[in-house]
Amino acid sequence: MLQKQTSIRSADAVNGTYNQLAADVLARAKDCGATEADIVVADGETFSLQVRVGAVDRLTKAREKRLGLRVFVGKRSATTSTSDFSRESLERLVSETCTLAKAVVEDPVSGLPDASQMAQDWPDLDLYDGTILSTETQIEWAKRGEAAAFAADSRVTNSEGAEFDSSSGRVVLANSHGFVGSYKSSSYSLSVSPIATEPETGAMQRDAWYEVQRKFSRLASAESIGQEAARRAVRRLGARKVATKRVPVVFDQETAGSLLANLCSAVSGYGLYKRASFLLDQLGQTIASNLITVYDDGRMAGGLGSRPFDGEGLATSKNTIVERGVLKSYLLDTYSGKKLGLSSTGNASRSVGESPSVGPTNFYLLPGVKSPQDIIGSVKEGLYVTDLIGFGINMVTGDYSRGACGFWIENGELTYPVEEITIAGNLKEMFKHIEMVGSDLVFRGRIASPTVKITEMMVAGN
Amino acid sequence: MADQVQLATFGVTELEAQHALDRLSVRDVDYADLYFESRVSESVSMEEGLVKRASKSISQGVGVRAIAGEKTGFAYSDELTKKDLEIAADTARYIANSPKGDRAVPVPAQRRPTRDLYPVERAQAEAATPDRVALLNEIDAEARRYDSRIKNVMASFNTEYKVVAVATSDGTLVGDVQPLSRLQITCIAEENGNRQVGSYGGGGRVGFEWYREENRHLGYAREAAREAILNLSAVDAPAGVMPLVLAGGWPGILLHEAIGHGLEADFNRKKTSAFSNLIGKRVASDVCTIVDDGTLPFRRGSLNMDDEGTPTGCTTLIEKGVLRGYITDKLNARLMGIALTGNGRRESYQSVVLPRMTNTFMLAGESDPQDIVRSVKKGLYAVSFGGGQVDITNGKFVFSASEAYLIEDGKITTPVKGATLIGNGPEILTKVSMVGHDLKLDNGIGTCGKDGQSVPVGVGLPTLKIDEITVGGTQG
Repeated sequence: MLQKQTSIRSADAVNGTYNQLAADVLARAKDCGATEADIVVADGETFSLQVRVGAVDRLTKAREKRLGLRVFVGKRSATTSTSDFSRESLERLVSETCTLAKAVVEDPVSGLPDASQMAQDWPDLDLYDGTILSTETQIEWAKRGEAAAFAADSRVTNSEGAEFDSSSGRVVLANSHGFVGSYKSSSYSLSVSPIATEPETGAMQRDAWYEVQRKFSRLASAESIGQEAARRAVRRLGARKVATKRVPVVFDQETAGSLLANLCSAVSGYGLYKRASFLLDQLGQTIASNLITVYDDGRMAGGLGSRPFDGEGLATSKNTIVERGVLKSYLLDTYSGKKLGLSSTGNASRSVGESPSVGPTNFYLLPGVKSPQDIIGSVKEGLYVTDLIGFGINMVTGDYSRGACGFWIENGELTYPVEEITIAGNLKEMFKHIEMVGSDLVFRGRIASPTVKITEMMVAGN
Repeated sequence: MADQVQLATFGVTELEAQHALDRLSVRDVDYADLYFESRVSESVSMEEGLVKRASKSISQGVGVRAIAGEKTGFAYSDELTKKDLEIAADTARYIANSPKGDRAVPVPAQRRPTRDLYPVERAQAEAATPDRVALLNEIDAEARRYDSRIKNVMASFNTEYKVVAVATSDGTLVGDVQPLSRLQITCIAEENGNRQVGSYGGGGRVGFEWYREENRHLGYAREAAREAILNLSAVDAPAGVMPLVLAGGWPGILLHEAIGHGLEADFNRKKTSAFSNLIGKRVASDVCTIVDDGTLPFRRGSLNMDDEGTPTGCTTLIEKGVLRGYITDKLNARLMGIALTGNGRRESYQSVVLPRMTNTFMLAGESDPQDIVRSVKKGLYAVSFGGGQVDITNGKFVFSASEAYLIEDGKITTPVKGATLIGNGPEILTKVSMVGHDLKLDNGIGTCGKDGQSVPVGVGLPTLKIDEITVGGTQG
């Protein structure tokens, strides 16, 4: 079966598709006893360039490819992957996958989605940019970004560097129902990480700013990214601890985005059916303040989380997750959906070599009407959080305790920077006590949020 | 076993490797290497009493690197033909700005690692799938038997069998076989709508039989169940500054975050670490001596050689409170003019080498652990942790407790919910007033992330008292 594939493979490589390879592997799996199977093939090119203090620090370039196979032998299933596409290797992989599947127990819920559910056609989501950048151009971008950070403020004295990354690739998904889909995507990003030093004490602070776009032409200027990075590093200088107290907490876009990521995990099917989420059995219930409306939209043109079909070949769509505080939908793939007695929401996420899990597409909080200044202005005494560290989140209980830094708010104004403090609460309560939502939604990744204000949290410091 | 690794394993001849190194070694290149890696990873996992997932992943490739001054050129390929090696070499030496191949490097002398810290038969390292399935089934039964309030058990058993060979422009050709495995168990306990989680696990560069020795796997299952049940009665954690007693073993994550990362040479060469320029200075109380030791047999963080072919060692980081040294890779040791410590590590052939920790721990002190607890009037006793993180530049670090208790009048009393602890790296160990005589290393569950690269590490700690740290609970 795979005999054919070796000769076809070079043709595949020329026109950049792996459709025939996928078909051959699926046929081989059937011969080995698989009742159903699906295959993912991904290949791509990556380029990464780091500049530090004006000179090239690291240049990385590669092409890579990987194939992932999932087979079902009746209700038993196993998943494998390899980067070796030679005939012998693939034949061995297929047979090993079937052997593995026979070693695990039957899972009545397992299987591909129904053939009738597979995506039929899909729009071009504008995810790919064919622009090829020269090495010199990419070096230039990173150098300009870092130089702008140094030029922005004399207190920027050092740098962890600036990094320009570009990548492009293709994903092919095929299954034994006859579904074959593929799409190309690309990304371009620049990040700048300057270090600012306090002239009097020599104390250092690092911060960073970045941007990622699917199209090179949409990237903000290197200078604007470098300047913002410098502003963020310099404003942390002189940070101190504050006394332990309960106060209102305002999360900026980045840190509010992390709260939304916590919400995303809590409504993901796998945690729910394992009873490992703090939002069990809450469909149709109020889980957040009525200011909260959350969408997951897989079809946003050019979106960093967009994909025409999900990791099982189901069409993506725009789903309402939370509407004015009421939980309307979980994020599900076929398996976790069946476990919960629900249909897939088209959120199967598939990394080559693993069975599907659930992931967001473009998951975001609908912006409100208040400007961030209005929100900060509403706080008599409180905390404006700009960075969070650590993993102190218990998804089973919602208990939340993380290291934070930011600014102390007094009488509606940001006063001095603060650090070495923690903020703590419980996510169930925190979402219900979001009392203001900003108008400043910007997509900087697949999960995005405007500024939000939580009525009260415990801030621990001195 | 390690001495059997030949380039032929990767389908490459020594001559091809030599040509690629020659091609890399242009005028401005100070050092170049080729890192060949093949890795087979397998995983089985269980939930709801069923072992229903199994997976296997195979990868092979080469990472090609050229260093000129501070500059690194790096390329990798999952194809290992002569042509792919040449393309990678030409890409990597781009940073040197000089024409190709104008000098020949010494022919690498095939070298054998001087020891084998983890002699594990391949069949033992990659146990048969039915044996792994049986192991997980026994774990599920044990955890549920521990307490009927345990409602779900999630367990996974992962193995990795990695074969590497490093050919360098400084004349080394050396290989290693690096088995690694890990068992991880999470239990969910439920009672009257209160649901809590408990986790436990262990592993190392060990064979499958290790997990069954003295029913180690069942002990892990009971520990995960115990933690989940315990947390059913946990009260809200306190907030504010208080004394902290850390139990031995895994709480050594404190050292990893507070000290370890800040002493990695790259940050110090770039002077971006809160520890820059502190060599010879006091950064801890004199009861603290901390080492990074990659030579402990069968340990998760141990290596016969690092990923540049340098034998690992035991590096004293802090001696009686005084900062002694950094951990280094070849690039940083050369540029800083300091000793090479064998800490150059990479996640895979697809990633660049960085100075990384191996097993980082504090040596035993003289205090009786019970006396340490007795010395605290009101404080926190933390036994287990989730993860931690550090900001290298300002030194602020966090680590989050998953099992902790109040200490009241010298006694361990009520369990408290998880809370994040936060402190300042260069300062926190100056507040260590007592170190127990009970050094324990962790069970082999740690994975360290840096620059997006994950590598297995170990930590260890004796019972320890910190006079004050900020505890991030909710109760003021």
